[in-house]
Amino acid sequence: MDNHEKTRREKHFDLLTQSVRDVNQFLHHQLPASEIERIEIANPNGLHSIAAGMDQDVVIDILGHAGYFIAGMNKQAHVTVHGNVGWSVAENIMSGTVRVKGHASESAGASGQGGLVIIEGDASSRCGISMKGCDLVVGGSVGHFSAFMAQAGTLVVCGDAGPNLGDSLYEATIYVRGKIDSLGADAQEEEMQAADIAKVEQLMAAADMEGDASGFKRIASARSLYHWNSEDPQEY
Amino acid sequence: MCGIIGLMLKKPGLRAALGELVTPMIDCMGSRGPDSAGLAVFGEPVPSGQRRFALQAAEEPFDWSKFHEDYQRDTQTPGPIQVTDNHASIVTSTALPDFQAWLAAAYPRVHLLSVGRAIEMYKDEGLPSDIADRLHFTRLVGTHAVGHTRMATESAVSPAHAHPYTAGEDFCLVHNGSLSNPYSIRRSLERRGIQFETDNDTEAGCRFLEWRMREGDTLEEAIETSFEELDGFFTFLMATSEKMVLVRDAFACKPAVAAETDEYVAVSSEFRSLAHLPGIGSANVFEPAPEQIYSWSF
Repeated sequence: MDNHEKTRREKHFDLLTQSVRDVNQFLHHQLPASEIERIEIANPNGLHSIAAGMDQDVVIDILGHAGYFIAGMNKQAHVTVHGNVGWSVAENIMSGTVRVKGHASESAGASGQGGLVIIEGDASSRCGISMKGCDLVVGGSVGHFSAFMAQAGTLVVCGDAGPNLGDSLYEATIYVRGKIDSLGADAQEEEMQAADIAKVEQLMAAADMEGDASGFKRIASARSLYHWNSEDPQEY
Repeated sequence: MCGIIGLMLKKPGLRAALGELVTPMIDCMGSRGPDSAGLAVFGEPVPSGQRRFALQAAEEPFDWSKFHEDYQRDTQTPGPIQVTDNHASIVTSTALPDFQAWLAAAYPRVHLLSVGRAIEMYKDEGLPSDIADRLHFTRLVGTHAVGHTRMATESAVSPAHAHPYTAGEDFCLVHNGSLSNPYSIRRSLERRGIQFETDNDTEAGCRFLEWRMREGDTLEEAIETSFEELDGFFTFLMATSEKMVLVRDAFACKPAVAAETDEYVAVSSEFRSLAHLPGIGSANVFEPAPEQIYSWSF
C-alpha cells in the first residue's frame, strides 16, 4: 500500500485534540460512504463511549486505556482496545468482534446478542450479565455474579470465576478452566461432552487464545428456577 | 454518582507538586459530582503538642484578620493563621475542647473542618473546578490527599454535607455510594456520647470507624467490623497521617480504579482522571476487589 492508498484506506484520530463525539459522528455518518478499512484512535485516556454504535465492517484500534461503554451495541466492526476498559465494554453487541488486550471492569459484554467479545486479561464482576446470544472469551478470571441471568450464548473463562457464577442462569453455557468460588442459584456443573470440548476449541481458536481446550468445567442451568411449578407451596 | 480521588506520593520528589497532580483529578471527576467538592491534604506534621485546625467561614467575604486578633486576644495563645478565601487554618497549642468552646461563643458561623497534626481540609458547595480554582488547590503540597466530588442523593447540598468527612484527629473519609442503615448506626453512636454535625449517611460511617479506632482497633480492624455493621453501597477511601486505605462493599456497585508506580499510588472512580499522572502508561492499573482492604503507606 503506498502512502496515497494508505490515506484512502486508513484514518487516524487523536482524542487529545478531537472529541469522542467528533470521532463517533465520523464513524456513524462519513465512514459508510468512504473506502476506509482501518481506523486508529490514539489517546483514549479513559474516555467513555468510544466507537459505540458501530454498524460497519471496519477494523478499529483504540490505542490505550479506555473508559465505559466502549464499542457498545457493536454491529460488524472489529474493535481492539490496546489497554484496559471500564464498565460495560461491548454491551449489547450484535455482531463483529470486540477485543480488549488488557483487563475489563464490570459488566463486560452485558446483554450481548451476537458476535464475539474477547477479554485477554481479567474481567470484573457481572461479566456477561444477561447475555442473549453473544460469545465471550476471557483469558484471565471473572468476578462475582458473572453470567447472571444469561439467556443464550457461551462464556469461556480460562482462569477462575468469582462467587455466584451463573446465578439465575437461563440457556447460556459457561465453561471455566480454573477454580469456581461458588455457583449462583440454579447453576450446576455438568459433564463435559464431545460437543462441549468442540465448542470451547472453536471459541478459543476464534479468540486466538493459546492453550488446551480440555480441562474446562461446564456450568449450565438446572432449570428449576425459571419453570413455574404450581404444586410448590408459594407465599406472596 | 459522586467521584472519589486519592493520591499518595511515596517519594519526597513529587510532594511539592501534590496540588498540581491532584487538581486535574478533582476537575475531571466534577462530571460525576457537580454539587460540591472537597480535598483533605496531609503534610508535614506540626510539632507535638500543637494542632492544626482547618476552618471555613459561612460568610463571604470574611474578616480573617479580625478573627485571628480575637483568637489571640481571647485565648492568649499564639497561632499562625493561613488564609485561602473562605478557608483558613490555624496552628496552635489550644486544646480542642477549649478551641471549640471559643469558636462556638465568638464565631458560631465558622465551621471547624478538621483537627490534627498533619491534616488540612477544604470543602465547599459549587462546581468542583471552580472550588479548586478559588481555593488554589494547585498550590498544595504534602504526602497524600483524598478528595471528593458530590452528586447528592440522600441529604442536602451544603458545605457541611460535602466530603471529606472527618472524625477525631488526622482521619478523613470520602464515600461514593449510599448507606441504608445510617440512622441506626447514628443512634448507637449517639448513645455513646458521639455527636454528629449533619444528617449525612457518610458521617455515620466515618464516625463509626473513628469510634472503633478509639476503642483500640486499627483502621483495618475497624473496616472488618464495619462489614458486619454498615449496610449499603460504598467505595470508601480513607486517610490517616500515615496511610491511605480503600475498601469497596461486597457487591462492588460503585467503581474504583487504582494505579501504582514506584513514585505514587493513585485511586479514582474512573481511569480518565488518572490519565495525566506521570508514568501512568507503565503503572500497574487495577480494579480493587470487593471487601478487600487496600492499605498504602509511604
